[in-house]
Amino acid sequence: MENRAKTPLTVEDLWVEYQIERGVVKAVRGVSLSLAKGESLALIGESGCGKTTFGVALIRLLVQAARIPQGEITYWRGNQGIDVLSLKESELRRFRWAECAMVFQSALNAFNPVLRIWDQILDTAKAHGNMPRHQVRERALQLLEYVQLDPKRVIDAYPHELSGGMRQRVLLAMSLLLDPQVLILDEPTTALDILTQRTIIDLLRRLKEEIGFAMLFISHDLATAAELADRVATMYAGSIVELGPVDDIFYRPAHPYTLGLIRAVPTVTGDFEDLVSIPGAPPDLVDPPPGCKFHPRCPYVTEQCRIEEPKLETHYSETHSVACFNVRQVQQDTLDLQERYEKYVGGKAQ
Amino acid sequence: MNVGSGEYLIEARNLVRQFGSRRERVTAVDDVSFGIREGEVVCLVGESGCGKTTTGKMIAGLLKPTSGQVFYMGKSVWNPRGNRGEDFKTYRLGVQIIHQDPYASLNPSHTVYKILSTPLLHHKLAANTHEALERVVELLNIVGLGPVEDFLYKYPHQLSGGQRQRVSVARSLTVNPRFIVADEAVSMVDVSIRVGLLNMMGDLKRNLGVTYLFITHDLAVAKFFAWEGRIAVMYVGSIVEFASTPQLINDPLHPYSKALLAAVPEADPELTRSKERVELRSQDIPSLLALPSGCRFHPRCPNFEPGLCDVKRPQLTPVGDNRSVACHIALREAGIQEAGAQEVGTPA
Repeated sequence: MENRAKTPLTVEDLWVEYQIERGVVKAVRGVSLSLAKGESLALIGESGCGKTTFGVALIRLLVQAARIPQGEITYWRGNQGIDVLSLKESELRRFRWAECAMVFQSALNAFNPVLRIWDQILDTAKAHGNMPRHQVRERALQLLEYVQLDPKRVIDAYPHELSGGMRQRVLLAMSLLLDPQVLILDEPTTALDILTQRTIIDLLRRLKEEIGFAMLFISHDLATAAELADRVATMYAGSIVELGPVDDIFYRPAHPYTLGLIRAVPTVTGDFEDLVSIPGAPPDLVDPPPGCKFHPRCPYVTEQCRIEEPKLETHYSETHSVACFNVRQVQQDTLDLQERYEKYVGGKAQ
Repeated sequence: MNVGSGEYLIEARNLVRQFGSRRERVTAVDDVSFGIREGEVVCLVGESGCGKTTTGKMIAGLLKPTSGQVFYMGKSVWNPRGNRGEDFKTYRLGVQIIHQDPYASLNPSHTVYKILSTPLLHHKLAANTHEALERVVELLNIVGLGPVEDFLYKYPHQLSGGQRQRVSVARSLTVNPRFIVADEAVSMVDVSIRVGLLNMMGDLKRNLGVTYLFITHDLAVAKFFAWEGRIAVMYVGSIVEFASTPQLINDPLHPYSKALLAAVPEADPELTRSKERVELRSQDIPSLLALPSGCRFHPRCPNFEPGLCDVKRPQLTPVGDNRSVACHIALREAGIQEAGAQEVGTPA
């Protein structure tokens, strides 16, 4: 049994489906994860792989057309386990902001344009907790300063008076208002400029280190994951296909999809390198292929992959798991990445 | 002077573009000049609002410059009275643009065949529908949309983002252009498909001799696509550094280029976490309505020198072969005399 005090959120075999005209979209298929206190876990994958659905399901904000046929989400408040999926609406409110806050994609549209920042902060505090007004104000000013904004100016500003990066920082400050244990960030740096992105990344890292909440961030951008994550989970067609410490994922990837992503992303520093794209397109989640969902695009495909879907199993170490039958073949093709890693580690030792 | 240099396929000279009303005007592009040789790839990089798309639109003839000129094959695109020049049609057929958003740039009620055959028939590049179909099939093969039967009669909504962008590229190729402006052409496409699209566009350069102006905010994409070409870095309406791609990536001169390169997160944990940062003095991008005096980067620049940078506006000045930079300090360090720096505004 895991140490409960250290894992505020555990997810067990979670499924999410959407009912659409054409049939049932299986957006999340049997995901199990646990988030440790003070860690940041990156969930990476392409658009439509179910990563945002998964994030939204964690705080039960799914749209009407969605349902959770199976699974368990447990939130640990001290030693008391709370079954999130059976929470009543009133209890959910408290859970949502005070225990588990989510910062959505496109910070630019997350604010009400006709309300000052202060009113929006106050509304949030009222809706999800019962802190007195002056205390909210004090805490808000503190947090705004903490995210490197000029608190006096920002708190009385309207959203349009703030730049994209500033709004993203206000959102972060707001998400911390009620001291949540878990913070879910959906594409926190997408749509921001390079220098702004850098500010947010550095800020997130500092917040995580100083406050020590558990952070799940959802991103399609491998670079953000490389910057911020302690652990990385690769998602494909609704399932986690690989999960491990960040260095394992980037230098010893064991799933062909993870390797494919790494090979497809150019780096800025260094010489020109040839890149390879992954052939084909992500599968239709209404009518997914049999067996491993990645097999139609996979260069390592065997007969077994077409029939049977591999399970997420540990590999290399207790902390690194992968869902693939051909790990050994994949591994042989990652020698250059491993070498690169050795070089870094060697450089550090000297 | 109304004649371009023969050296370049397309040339921008002192391009300026303003927007707004008479009361309140902003200069989105301020005195941008560069030339692109036949077969070359030039990348325009910069943050949002720096004027890169506006520059691209002026180059593609979709936007008339407020002042300054665009030359295509040595001839001015706009005549002195600001009307279309005599060779406007040659220019329009020779220069095409690929837009950023593949979900918005294709007509949703037209099939792929219709989208691609319309320009062919309109410009009489195909004599009849039979010929048009043949050419459409050929184009789909060029952009890697095969088997062709699977795509010909599909509507845009039946295609993925990457496939749509390939249709956009095919559409731009219908008129056999010599020059393509690609405005953030891969930014909205998923990572796994992006490289395939870039490689396909690179093949067009090699096989058909297409010249590119490639606009992007992503330095890694710029490096990958324009490794043999050049990169121009734009900041608040002007080009601050222009150099061959390897030079710019490995040895940037302008403090803004340095800051950008140091700030880019990389998909390599050890590399990205050990990168040396450039600390800027301010995080704020200046408003186009209240531009800083002198060098526009001076309020943020780590190398800021009072009395110089906030007084004189640096000019893009050549430093060695094929490379220029607009920074007083960098030029001084290179021991180069700056040409005609102007005093702009009063220091705060």
